[in-house]
Amino acid sequence: MSEPILKVEDLRKSFGGVVATDNLNFDVMPGEIHAVIGPNGAGKTTFVAQIAGMLSSDSGKIVFNGQEIANKTAPERSHLGLARSFQITSVFKDFTALENVALSIQAHAGHSFRFWKRASTDTSLTEPAQKILDEVGLGGRARTLAGNLAHGQQRQLEIAMALATGPKMLLLDEPTAGMGTEESENMRKFLNELKGEYSILLIEHDMDTVFSVADRVTVLVYGRGIATGTPEEIRNNAEVRAAYLGEDEVTTGA
Amino acid sequence: MLSRLKIWILMVSFLLLAALPFFAEAIDEPFYVDLMARVMIFSIAAMSLDFILGYGAMISFGHALYLGLGAYAVGVLAFYEVTNGWTQLIVCVLGTAFISMVLGLISLRTNGIYFIMITFALAQMFYFLGISLEAFGGDDGLPIDSRSEFFEAFDLNETWNMYYLILGTLTVTAVVLWKAINSRFGMVVRGSHSNDDRMKAIGFPTLKYRLVAFMIAGVVCGLAGFLLGNLTEFLTPEYMHWFRSGELMIMVMVGGMGTLFGPLFGAFAYIMLEDLLSNFTEYWQFYFGPLLILLVLFAKRGLWGMLPGKEDMSDE
Repeated sequence: MSEPILKVEDLRKSFGGVVATDNLNFDVMPGEIHAVIGPNGAGKTTFVAQIAGMLSSDSGKIVFNGQEIANKTAPERSHLGLARSFQITSVFKDFTALENVALSIQAHAGHSFRFWKRASTDTSLTEPAQKILDEVGLGGRARTLAGNLAHGQQRQLEIAMALATGPKMLLLDEPTAGMGTEESENMRKFLNELKGEYSILLIEHDMDTVFSVADRVTVLVYGRGIATGTPEEIRNNAEVRAAYLGEDEVTTGA
Repeated sequence: MLSRLKIWILMVSFLLLAALPFFAEAIDEPFYVDLMARVMIFSIAAMSLDFILGYGAMISFGHALYLGLGAYAVGVLAFYEVTNGWTQLIVCVLGTAFISMVLGLISLRTNGIYFIMITFALAQMFYFLGISLEAFGGDDGLPIDSRSEFFEAFDLNETWNMYYLILGTLTVTAVVLWKAINSRFGMVVRGSHSNDDRMKAIGFPTLKYRLVAFMIAGVVCGLAGFLLGNLTEFLTPEYMHWFRSGELMIMVMVGGMGTLFGPLFGAFAYIMLEDLLSNFTEYWQFYFGPLLILLVLFAKRGLWGMLPGKEDMSDE
């Protein structure tokens, strides 16, 4: 068995009296999709923010690719190969889809203290960006302003921007948020394509998605991981059912 | 990408400015040369403010500080009989770069209203420092006896030389800032305006880039101050008063925030209106206010934004 690419030990974060992350232990193996589910307020967003470096942790260890990263800034973690997408779509609305992705490429192409050459026609940025847009199925919308894309396309662009940083691991925060049935179905297909190629920590609300793409699932309740296992194990776990899953949701899960 | 119409307007404006001294001499109204020289100086200052305000969402309410610092570089050195233009210029650039770096490191830790207040407060500190410096005239100001000396053959005491130096500086800074805005550096500044968290998540340590943008704006505005000191041959802490900072913001808004060239026309409109209205009344701002309100309500993107043509790379 190989080493996990991400290993979280005894991670804690509290806001005043509220414990958002409560001595959490968690890991992601290379090439797997490890999903984190939990009811609203379970601390999923806090957890992602701690891993990505947007929030500092009170205590605990985060080891990524053999390196302790708990004290590193978000940009530093990005350069180590950790990429995230956002639950609330965070694309640059005034830039074209192509410019959005090119910006991710630019961030990993050396420093940006370059003041003269026009960036939006720089083929060393736009060509790889176009390739990634093609991969996620947005190739035809490259020159559309991100703000004018349909919601589902903006969600795809979210992931394209993460992919363009050349990551070793993806942190996907509810990629299907706000999506219709058909869009969700496409996203599931896409996630299955990414599987194996990337290690993925998937935060997701949509149970169909979780049970059809995840290799392992961790259930988070009040900042504590109450169970980890295969989708099948989680589906049949009595404690999880009681804490979180409604009976009908479980039985209709794909 | 500028539309064809906008490129035409810029070229025609440039030619008109270049021809103005000839025209003014022909009709024997040298006053216009002086007026347009002032307009161009404030154009440079307003453009430098737009560089951070319009593109970087750094709403500096103390930008006139650098106008004052530039003028002090000329005036104080001239007071000590250092009239060599190159020396004065180096002191001006290094001085404004250093001060904007220190103030940027303090103020860029904040955002929104806090950033506005902190830049306001820091600039006012320098204003009161200027007032307390009796050696340089305090709040009465100090005449600058001699303009900067660059070349024997290019004596700035000649009105035309002064005018063309200002036009040249305006042209060069406009081109350089436009290039910078569209470069990789500019993309980082604009991206952090739009969504700083996302910029950090894709790997940009944005503070560094924002600080450098803040310093560029400070130095360019310092150059405007350098020219202002030379043009007016007078040094006064009034140059860095918050009222001046407010005027610069108005010029940016009137011209169009985040358009870079708009503020050139914003400065022109503001100074011309001031000149025109103050012919009628001492309380010209009373009439200027409503005009500003109309503009903000009905043309949020300013004069430049009213022109047709998009600025981005999109197909739609």
